[in-house]
Amino acid sequence: MQFLADNFDLLWDAFLTTLSLSLLAGLLALVLGTLLAAARVSPIPPLRGLASFYVETFRNTPLTVVFFFLIFGLPQIDFILGFYTGAVLSLGLYTAAFVCEAVRSGINSVSTGQAEASRAIGLTFGQSLREVVLPQAFRTVVPPLGNVFIAMVKNSSIAAGFATSELSSLLPRLVNADAGQLTAVLLGVVIAYMIITLPLAFGVHRLERRVAILR
Amino acid sequence: MTSRPNGEPLVRLSGVNKWFGELHVLQDIDLEIARGEVVVVIGPSGSGKSTLCRAINRLESIEKGEITIDGERLPDEGKELARLRADVGMVFQSFNLFAHKTILENVTLGPIKVRKRSKADAEKRARELLDRVGVGAQADKYPAQLSGGQQQRVAIARALAMDPKVMLFDEPTSALDPEMISEVLDVMVGLAAEGMTMIVVTHEMGFARKAANRVVFMDGGRVVESADPETFFSTPSSDRAKDFLSKILNH
Repeated sequence: MQFLADNFDLLWDAFLTTLSLSLLAGLLALVLGTLLAAARVSPIPPLRGLASFYVETFRNTPLTVVFFFLIFGLPQIDFILGFYTGAVLSLGLYTAAFVCEAVRSGINSVSTGQAEASRAIGLTFGQSLREVVLPQAFRTVVPPLGNVFIAMVKNSSIAAGFATSELSSLLPRLVNADAGQLTAVLLGVVIAYMIITLPLAFGVHRLERRVAILR
Repeated sequence: MTSRPNGEPLVRLSGVNKWFGELHVLQDIDLEIARGEVVVVIGPSGSGKSTLCRAINRLESIEKGEITIDGERLPDEGKELARLRADVGMVFQSFNLFAHKTILENVTLGPIKVRKRSKADAEKRARELLDRVGVGAQADKYPAQLSGGQQQRVAIARALAMDPKVMLFDEPTSALDPEMISEVLDVMVGLAAEGMTMIVVTHEMGFARKAANRVVFMDGGRVVESADPETFFSTPSSDRAKDFLSKILNH
């Protein structure tokens, strides 16, 4: 444990990097994923097609390949992202596909009568989605979205392979410094991840109970 | 019952055709509904009467023909369609109140978002309407806490809050327990008496006799007969209508 305390600054910086990476990518994924879900149920066929194409592309590509493409592929066409920006975008764009599918399943769980009633009083497609369908969809979507975001926090470890000093990147670094501290380092890193994911899981559980009351 | 009103039609359907795949659900429908007229549409299930009702605010699209409301052709999609729908009130068989909003919010959503009224104005008017349909005391509850009859009366108030030119009722009492049917019909009879233009798809023959200016009988996607209720119920001209009436009235 003394070893971890000695390297606390390093651990803290890595923790903050993982946290900020997760927050930014999570925000991007939530916003983009919801927009994609709206596009997938929209009455405009080209929009539906485009959103489906996006989802199938990102959902069926390994995350490492997405990182590789954004960080090493895009510079080929003179579009250079920093390692950190590349990591945020890779993680966010990839996770958006999964958010989209979770939200879409929630939208489908809202009875068609709700959308018909909102259209019948003159709400536009966007208004009906915002005011009536999405608020009800998010209720059923909270648990699966929780899973998506917990998976995303752990997926952020792929950034370690692309020169971002986040939590997982500490494993080889600290173990190389002192192989005898392997257990302590593993424990420290796992606990640091849990400091992010456990409150997330708890928050999801609370939110689930709060929004589930009125059915 | 008032005499049949005159003037140019508020709702006009001409040559309307619709298919569900192979099924020809609406066949060459021509129908005109005058301002202030109450038209009851009856017919066996599968006759296309609900589809007809839903086509009038384009919850169902049509493949051929034209529907106009107050002289305006029903737009295909988008903002224009939304604007026109705001003028057409709709009451559904399954109420379809917004489950996540209170009764008051259900009634104020349209006026605030579509008519751009202030929240205070919308709420004042909503409370008046809720009082009028007899559910004023339930304003702060959620739909699931109300009985079916109460929910349907809220749905009527929600439609009225938009100050519609015409009200469509798609089997408004078919999902209700028998003792709740009359509380909904009473509200509808009151509306009819006030001169609201109404198109009502229903199996309630009592309502048709009491409040309708005209009964339209549909079968197999066609309008078979159209007459005032007195004539229709006492001396129907088509065999199909005679057969239908003998089945539903001789109990």
